Amino acid sequence: MSVASGTRWHPQPLIADARVRWALIIGATLYLILALASIDVNWRRVAEGIPRAIRFIGAFLPPDFTSRWGDIWAGLAESLTMTLTSTVVGILISIPIGVGAARNVAPVWVYLLCRSIIAISRSFQEVIIAILFVALFGFGPLAGFLTLSFATIGFLSKLLAEDIEDIDPASAEAVRATGASWLQWMNYGIQPQVMPRLIGLSLYRLDINFRESAVIGIVGAGGIGATLNTAIDRYEFDSAAAILLIVIIIVMFAEYSSSWIRQKVQ
Amino acid sequence: MTIERIGDHILWKRQPPAVVAARFAGWLVLVAATLWCFEIMTRDTIWSFVLDAPRQGADLVGRMVPPRWGYIQELWWPMWETLNIATLGTMIAIVMALPVAFCAARNTTPSVLFVRPIALFIIVSSRSINSLIWALLLVSILGPGSFAGIIAIGLRSIGFLAKLIYEAIEEIDASQVEAITATGASGAQTLVYGIWPQILPAFAGVCVFRWDINIRESTVLGLVGAGGIGLNLQASLNVLAWPQVTLIFIVILATVVLSEWVSARVRHAFI
Repeated sequence: MSVASGTRWHPQPLIADARVRWALIIGATLYLILALASIDVNWRRVAEGIPRAIRFIGAFLPPDFTSRWGDIWAGLAESLTMTLTSTVVGILISIPIGVGAARNVAPVWVYLLCRSIIAISRSFQEVIIAILFVALFGFGPLAGFLTLSFATIGFLSKLLAEDIEDIDPASAEAVRATGASWLQWMNYGIQPQVMPRLIGLSLYRLDINFRESAVIGIVGAGGIGATLNTAIDRYEFDSAAAILLIVIIIVMFAEYSSSWIRQKVQ
Repeated sequence: MTIERIGDHILWKRQPPAVVAARFAGWLVLVAATLWCFEIMTRDTIWSFVLDAPRQGADLVGRMVPPRWGYIQELWWPMWETLNIATLGTMIAIVMALPVAFCAARNTTPSVLFVRPIALFIIVSSRSINSLIWALLLVSILGPGSFAGIIAIGLRSIGFLAKLIYEAIEEIDASQVEAITATGASGAQTLVYGIWPQILPAFAGVCVFRWDINIRESTVLGLVGAGGIGLNLQASLNVLAWPQVTLIFIVILATVVLSEWVSARVRHAFI
């Protein structure tokens, strides 16, 4: 970066090869043009929507908690109970799968089996699983509970397995050297090392499960999402605003309290 | 660590009895709360439907296989639309998240007292509402179509991107910024030459990560009418065309795996 007199310094370009750089720029521009051309916006419909948008924003001051309170309360109770039960059940199932998916404690065939369970659970979105479970178990929060439990397995087992793979092998080996059985080795050599993070992850998942419970109601799996869907379909924006505010407040509360507990534990 | 004597046996315990008892009580409360919640949750469950599930499942599998491969011809355009919803939505979110992130980071915010809380509130409200709910709202405001989907993805992603970017900004090395300021650089120049290069790797990684998530989410936005392959999913579900549903699931799965691979490659190139 020598600067001769009279020339200006330029920062180094991000991509050194000029041909690659231009190919990327032209490719990105071309894609952008094609992509923008593919969305057709019905401006008349958008214009029609503007008063509705204003009405929606206006609905927040003040939101209407009272006229649909019965429905909101029922949806909320379903969401909250679904969140707790599915997180607990999900964790109970994820612990053996997570242990099995850690390469340093499990034999190869168990490892492969558990990793494929995790891959299946992770690759489908909650909403898609909910569609299938609603078809199998009927409408209502039980389908939602099963969906969230299933989704929790993929998330928690994967992170738990990675955590077990990262442990300090010395202290685990020290326990093993005392002649501990496999269960004792797990309980005294490995569990204390991963427990703080497992608690942190469980709380985080509790938070995610609540958020998701607000969504899967749209496909019939119970919870506050169903109430919200109905409110929006009826254009009852003031009730919808109330539900959204409740969701935001609960999520905020869950986020702050879980980060507080995580700080205490870790 | 405590030692307990039983006769002439010496028993080592990891925790004192009081801690053990307190933990036991805690677990008991958790189990009781879970059972109670389960009880409330399943009050209206019709168990005959649930017990019927294995038979229903076998029936469903029978209907779902084989997938209707010919239907793929009708899925190319929705897939292209899905890709566009995710990409354009992410772009909108990036443009809007950057100022929010700079306002939320303690070391770059214009005012810790006034601007920062507003930025944090934007981040929290955007993050707590799922893109499907944003789409539900926007479809009723803007009308059905991919436009509502793009905005929904954008609104949901602002909070995610801004949160991760502002955390990256707060972790930058202040001495480099100071070095740029010491040359007499203006505020904008400090931003471009002092702060931006430091957050660039994190920024690129976060954007690609969110794009990957958005591909996943945009596949189901059509369930509420916001365009993409989800529209075909909804249409097929409504007429119980299960072989088509299977094919759509396969296409979605392939897209998700592909986008994960792309995002892993790009992140690897940057970091």
